[in-house]
Amino acid sequence: MKRIFALVAVMALVLTACGSDGTTETTEAAGGTTATTEAPPEGIQATANACAEGTTDGPLNLYNWAAYIPTGPLAEDAELDDLLAKFEEEHGEAVTLTIFNSNEDMLAQIDAGASYDVIVPSDYMVVTMIDADLLVELNRAAIPNLDANIAPLFSDPGYDPGNRFSAPYQWGTTGIGFSYDAIDDTNGVSWGVLFDPEMAAPNAGFISLLNDTRETLGSALKYLGYSLNTLNTDEVDEAADLILATNEWIAAFNSSSYWTLLSDGEFNVSQGWNGDFLAEYDRISEYDEDGNLTYDAYEDFGYAIPIEGSAAWVDTMAIPVTAEHPCTAQTFINFILDAENGGTLTNFNYYASPNEAATEYIYEDILEWDAIYPPPETMAILEFFLDLGDMNNYYADAFTRAKG
Amino acid sequence: MTTLHQGAAARPGVDRSLAIFGWLVFAFLYLPILVVVVFSFSSSESVGKWGGFSLRWYEQMLKNEQILNALENSVVVALISTAVATVIGTAAALSLDRYRRWVGRGAFDGLLYLPIIIPDVTMAVMLLLWFTSTGVIPLGRGSITLAHIAFNISFVAIVVRARLAHMDPAMEDAAADLYANRWQAFRRVTLPLIMPGVLGGALLALTLSLDDVVITSFVQGPGSTTLPVYVFGLIRRTVTPVINAVSTLMIVVSMVLVLASLTIQNRTGRRTESKGTDQ
Amino acid sequence: MTLLDERKTAEDEEVNPRLERRARRQESWRGFFHAAPAYVYLTFFFVLPLLIIFVFSFASRSNTGKPLLENWNLDSWTRLADPLVRTIAVRSLTMAIANTVLCLLIAYPFAYWIATRARQRTRTLLLIAVLIPFWSNFLVRTYAWRMLLDSDGYITQLGQLTGLWERMLFTQPAVFIGLVYGYLPFMILPLYAALERMDWSLIEAGRDLYASGSKAFRRITLPLSKPGIIAGSILVFIPSLGAYVTPDILGGAKTNLLGNLIVTQFQAARNWPFGSALSGVILIVMLVATMLYFRTGGRTI
Repeated sequence: MKRIFALVAVMALVLTACGSDGTTETTEAAGGTTATTEAPPEGIQATANACAEGTTDGPLNLYNWAAYIPTGPLAEDAELDDLLAKFEEEHGEAVTLTIFNSNEDMLAQIDAGASYDVIVPSDYMVVTMIDADLLVELNRAAIPNLDANIAPLFSDPGYDPGNRFSAPYQWGTTGIGFSYDAIDDTNGVSWGVLFDPEMAAPNAGFISLLNDTRETLGSALKYLGYSLNTLNTDEVDEAADLILATNEWIAAFNSSSYWTLLSDGEFNVSQGWNGDFLAEYDRISEYDEDGNLTYDAYEDFGYAIPIEGSAAWVDTMAIPVTAEHPCTAQTFINFILDAENGGTLTNFNYYASPNEAATEYIYEDILEWDAIYPPPETMAILEFFLDLGDMNNYYADAFTRAKG
Repeated sequence: MTTLHQGAAARPGVDRSLAIFGWLVFAFLYLPILVVVVFSFSSSESVGKWGGFSLRWYEQMLKNEQILNALENSVVVALISTAVATVIGTAAALSLDRYRRWVGRGAFDGLLYLPIIIPDVTMAVMLLLWFTSTGVIPLGRGSITLAHIAFNISFVAIVVRARLAHMDPAMEDAAADLYANRWQAFRRVTLPLIMPGVLGGALLALTLSLDDVVITSFVQGPGSTTLPVYVFGLIRRTVTPVINAVSTLMIVVSMVLVLASLTIQNRTGRRTESKGTDQ
Repeated sequence: MTLLDERKTAEDEEVNPRLERRARRQESWRGFFHAAPAYVYLTFFFVLPLLIIFVFSFASRSNTGKPLLENWNLDSWTRLADPLVRTIAVRSLTMAIANTVLCLLIAYPFAYWIATRARQRTRTLLLIAVLIPFWSNFLVRTYAWRMLLDSDGYITQLGQLTGLWERMLFTQPAVFIGLVYGYLPFMILPLYAALERMDWSLIEAGRDLYASGSKAFRRITLPLSKPGIIAGSILVFIPSLGAYVTPDILGGAKTNLLGNLIVTQFQAARNWPFGSALSGVILIVMLVATMLYFRTGGRTI
């Protein structure tokens, strides 16, 4: 008898849980559709539109990559402002920082309804999130710095025309980091040092590629002379075959520590992101007690954007529809887009700033650095990643095949 | 008990080679951790180069609110999930091993393996959607703890079952005759007998909880980033030696937790244990 | 616990069929009662969420990952027959089996050594000492191994000196060092739990009977420790089947494993239906295999 009762109780609990499941989902769906209809905005969008410059409506929940904003001892070590503390001081709202490790993890959380006020998605992810009605349109009146400070190159980006839903945060390039013993870069560096059997031969066994669907296929596509956003399946297949062939001479696919492995001599040539290489070269350079340079890693190691062209990427700030404090969120975005704070960000990350006004606050040597701020002729051969829509699947499968 | 164990290891040759092998395995287990601990005291910016003794990374760690907050999250989640999973998992192991016939036993047997078999990322995705679509439990420390309990129950149950298998149930029945009720029989006889299994299961649960990245990063909420998730992100951006200091701290904190709980358990259970195990 | 207290012990009256029936009913009750917390918990935080995955495997993929609950199809399930999936599965299986055998070979004598220590306290402390390194951080440990195995490391230099190996990092042996390291405790714990409860007087008696120690071991210790071997093999085999982070870091990520394949579906490919189907087939196959293994293992003891 008691067993039956227990079973009934369990069933009842399950059913109530399912019941509440249904109701919350319908309300969520209703919330989602408001963004697509042409009717006057409701809910979060309306609240965001009503925010005035500098106003706040509660504490800020920031969802960012690890160590991507100067705060705490990392900022102190770099002798830079703690931007989160500065925001708290200026606007009186506490900031809670939560870490995500990939765009897709973040997307899954937001799509499932997790609430954050400001997120930091990469360019291609912005497209996906706009398409899925997951982002709040920015209220430009609340973010004057968005129109005032952003460099022209980033004011009308392909991934979000007119920056309607996103504000650029940092940008960088994909290229080749190498030791000068292995590569002669006097006439520029070709992707061939990774993909061509003859050019790669001298460094066979000491070459690494990124372990990243878009980046690795993208570089192969560039080497072949195609767009890294191509929707032509033959071109993608050709790139995948090219990567498959490299199995003969590469040591590893690695996206998370290639820079250390390069400076340790485990690799001679690595495909990677500029900021990672430069931060590593900086770290291994040595200084004596008076702060004079005793070992300059830049004499041994270099970074080049290959002559065939390469990828440029932008990380952005955006407000998800699940945000609870849209006014604080926009005030925070405006705060980061401030000239001085933008400078602090770049001085911390070693990535270029899309914030033109920040230039005067960025260290001189960073600005003069071709690897961070490429010359115009190099800028011309860079291509931004775009979302592939239904082709995401095809690229991922091609990359799986490319690794066997 | 003592003499019996010595009897088992009576042959000195075998015993000596076993001991040498044992210490070699310990050397293997501690080799990488030694590297981590040693370099956490190096002043060098580079993770793998010795730059003289320094506590700068510990200083940096203790000033880093992000790390301290993540540590707190990790410890709270690990402690609660280990405690709950150990109780539920032990009961589950008992239900399967002491009671052979009950409705739903077969299904339960299978069900217990599923959380171990399922790929991390799949469990992560389904729990995320479950938490957000039911809306009863907000994403945060609570949802992380619930998720950890879900996979830990199975691990505890399996380890305890390995201990329970072929244990003589007559012992408990005899005890039940001696003591007034089942609970006392369990406390005084069964529990001390299965304690090594329970302890092993709990240690495994604690270890798994302190190490989980995939599931945690899917079901986390604002401010509930745990230490492994933070370290995972940090290591992928820049490897700073502060990570070595954090890992060393994790070891120390876990050791304190485990040794403290053992001491408490020893103190409360000493009398019953000596009665229970000396057959 | 009130149910337990209700019991009036009736062992000496077992002849009475009514009482026997009652005892059986009570046993059934008690079994259910002990299982109830786990049953309820796993229903809520595992089985019901698992239904989501099951439903997803028939749905169609969307650009955000979370599948569209329309155009129901079997595409994800039919795709499992793809030869590439089979190649990857075989590769992962081979690796998992090799790792399980290696772990067993190392863990058995080790657990035996700990379990035969005279004092309870020593045994407990040694067991804890096994786990201490694992309270640091998985990734940090793996990176530490990478440092130990790299070209400047003593391990590589030893190989070059003896001419046995030129390079250690990014090779198959490096992958197995990492895997064995990572999963050894999963084998040691259940083995220890099984060995520690062994009645050593049996071995003593066995030794008297069989004269040779190895025979006593084969006839008595090994069969009695079988539950530990089974549990340990399961705890090592299953997770190493899905392992990919260690092979990626120490082996160079040059080939795909089941773990990568599934993660890719839930991340870069945003093909949750296929990821769900893959997980589903792994769940079913592994569950059946595990239960069979347990059954046959249990019978041969």
